[in-house]
Amino acid sequence: MKTYLYLFVMAATTYLIRVLPLTLIRKPIQNPFLRSFLFYVPYVTLAVMTFPAIMNATQSPIAGAAAMVIGIVAAWCGLGLLPVSLVCCATVLILEHFIV
Amino acid sequence: MSKKHFLRGLRDGIPIGLGYFAVSFGIGISAHNAHLSIFQGFLLSFLNNASSGEYGGITIIAADSGLWAIALMMLVVNARYLLMSCALSQRLSPDTPLPWRLLIAYDLTDEIFGLAIAQPGYLEVWYYFGTMCAAMPGWSIGTVLGVLMGNLMPVWAVSGCSVMLFGMFLAIIIPVGKQNRIVLGCIGVSFLCSLLASVLPFTRELSEGMRILVLTIVISAAAAILFPHKEDDLVA
Repeated sequence: MKTYLYLFVMAATTYLIRVLPLTLIRKPIQNPFLRSFLFYVPYVTLAVMTFPAIMNATQSPIAGAAAMVIGIVAAWCGLGLLPVSLVCCATVLILEHFIV
Repeated sequence: MSKKHFLRGLRDGIPIGLGYFAVSFGIGISAHNAHLSIFQGFLLSFLNNASSGEYGGITIIAADSGLWAIALMMLVVNARYLLMSCALSQRLSPDTPLPWRLLIAYDLTDEIFGLAIAQPGYLEVWYYFGTMCAAMPGWSIGTVLGVLMGNLMPVWAVSGCSVMLFGMFLAIIIPVGKQNRIVLGCIGVSFLCSLLASVLPFTRELSEGMRILVLTIVISAAAAILFPHKEDDLVA
């Protein structure tokens, strides 16, 4: 039951963020600090979410770490969203076949 | 007239929907790992339409860190939508009725914002609704399928699929880091701080969600003070 409360609070907060400027504020945010902060947030938060969590998501932390390295290389080489994630997935499946 | 715009939006939204499908499948696997049911996974995606926000929420739910924590997490991780919403409000005709504004806000995502802002002149709301109709099912169905497959697949397969979401996160941030050295520095610092926070005393006692929240605020604020971002582009 608590999970539904969590989901409700999540949805309400996210919707308020999206809807308030469209309905009430209607002015661009000018504050340079706030603009810069909001520019960096997505990259920082995704990086923080990925590591070291990727090592705990797999049965063997080594497989997760390897998937991370290979994923970074693949993304650096210009592979798209789906190919990078499939490469990471394959890395774990192959490594854990031998490790676990 | 509105039908034409709607169909055009539908067409432009299809690639987004297909892309969403894969990402949200990863969200579904994470939701399964946090013991969410299929219906809860559906609600999660149907009501939020935000990948990092949903993953952040899952970490809070998994650790039962509290309702204030999840609200704060959404506020920080999804705060960029505040900027996008402001920007998009400038592109709506002033006589756009309130119900339509409420509907537009519902699926204001990075990708749909990108499409909408690329349209010349005032935004055709029916174009926007078309993109929503193409993109949203991919997001919700992908999540449901992720939770479902998480329940059905053997442990080794779930283990492999669990890294898919992280792979996509990497595919989002690394190309931007390649072009922008400050972003690349932020990514490196984030990896390092996140690792340290998970092993050092005190911070390691915090739940994963709280660590994500605190590190996101501290590192982004530090970067904003040290390296103010000048360009106007919001997404990259």
